Amino acid sequence: MNDLLVAAGIGVAFGWALECVGLGDPPKLAGQFYLRDFTVLKVMLSAMLTAMLGIFWAGRLGMLDLGALYVPETYLLPQLVGGLVFGLGFVLSGLCPGTSCVALASGRIEGAATMLGLFAGVLFIGLAFPAIEPFYRSTPRGPLTLQLVTGLPYGVVVALVTAVGVSTLAWIAKREAAR
Amino acid sequence: MRAPRPYADPHVAGVCLGLVLLACFALTGQGLGASGAFASVASGVVVAVSPATAVHSAYFQSYLQDGSPWTAWIVVEIIGVLVGAATSAALAGRTRLSFAQTGRPAVGRLFAAVAGGMLMGVGAALARGCTSGLALSGGALLSVGAWIFMVALFVAGFLAAPLVRRFWP
Repeated sequence: MNDLLVAAGIGVAFGWALECVGLGDPPKLAGQFYLRDFTVLKVMLSAMLTAMLGIFWAGRLGMLDLGALYVPETYLLPQLVGGLVFGLGFVLSGLCPGTSCVALASGRIEGAATMLGLFAGVLFIGLAFPAIEPFYRSTPRGPLTLQLVTGLPYGVVVALVTAVGVSTLAWIAKREAAR
Repeated sequence: MRAPRPYADPHVAGVCLGLVLLACFALTGQGLGASGAFASVASGVVVAVSPATAVHSAYFQSYLQDGSPWTAWIVVEIIGVLVGAATSAALAGRTRLSFAQTGRPAVGRLFAAVAGGMLMGVGAALARGCTSGLALSGGALLSVGAWIFMVALFVAGFLAAPLVRRFWP
């Protein structure tokens, strides 16, 4: 019960953050792929950098047990192909799974249409799973991380990702200021 | 009628979203998600309609092994997303605007939204996550698969954008 209260509370904050920055607005999201609107990249990079640095420092200061965190398992080919198919869908609907809910909640019928499609998509995979399963389980690499692949210390990878992320945000800001 | 409030600054909102993600990791040990809720509900529908079909799919089974798929953590989280987004939009006076100004989207755009949703459903199922569950949450933990997924989705999006330009004048 307590878990579900946390789930609801986290969900409310998540939905609030996405709506207040305009990520329930399909032309705004699609605008990222035409380099007209950089909200998607700005929000994703700022959020990822904040969480990455927060996790790193909370672990370093002993406030968070990093071993207890769930690191997604890597499956090279399914995630590469999945990402390509997903990107095509993203630019078609101008929404992703989370933001489709935000779009519906702010009164946009495209949100409901995208949610319907998402439901059909996962239903298709589930029904066709016996045929898809060999590919789904191919090229497993376990909970692989960038620090494991590169052999660099965790702190160095965090610093490098921060440098690349902040540079990208600064480049976007400079580009927008020049227009 | 009050004028709708403009959208928040993306960097500030991004940091807030990052703090929500951090709180989620600290409280539950896992990140945010979205596509999993659709998979959980789909599994619930299939097992209700045809239990034999659900048994033969390890995909549906994976969403049915930890209690009811209707009250899974991620489903409750997504109900929270709907409530939070609706409240934010209503308080900022943006809900009416979206009805009044954009009106009914063209039928072609609606078909594109359904088709895009289907592709994202397939892609997220293959990748075991979507923009929030894999790219953002896994990306923050420096997961290799999350970064592959994130790069692939932006590459495909940019490559496909010129082909679907008529939907985004």
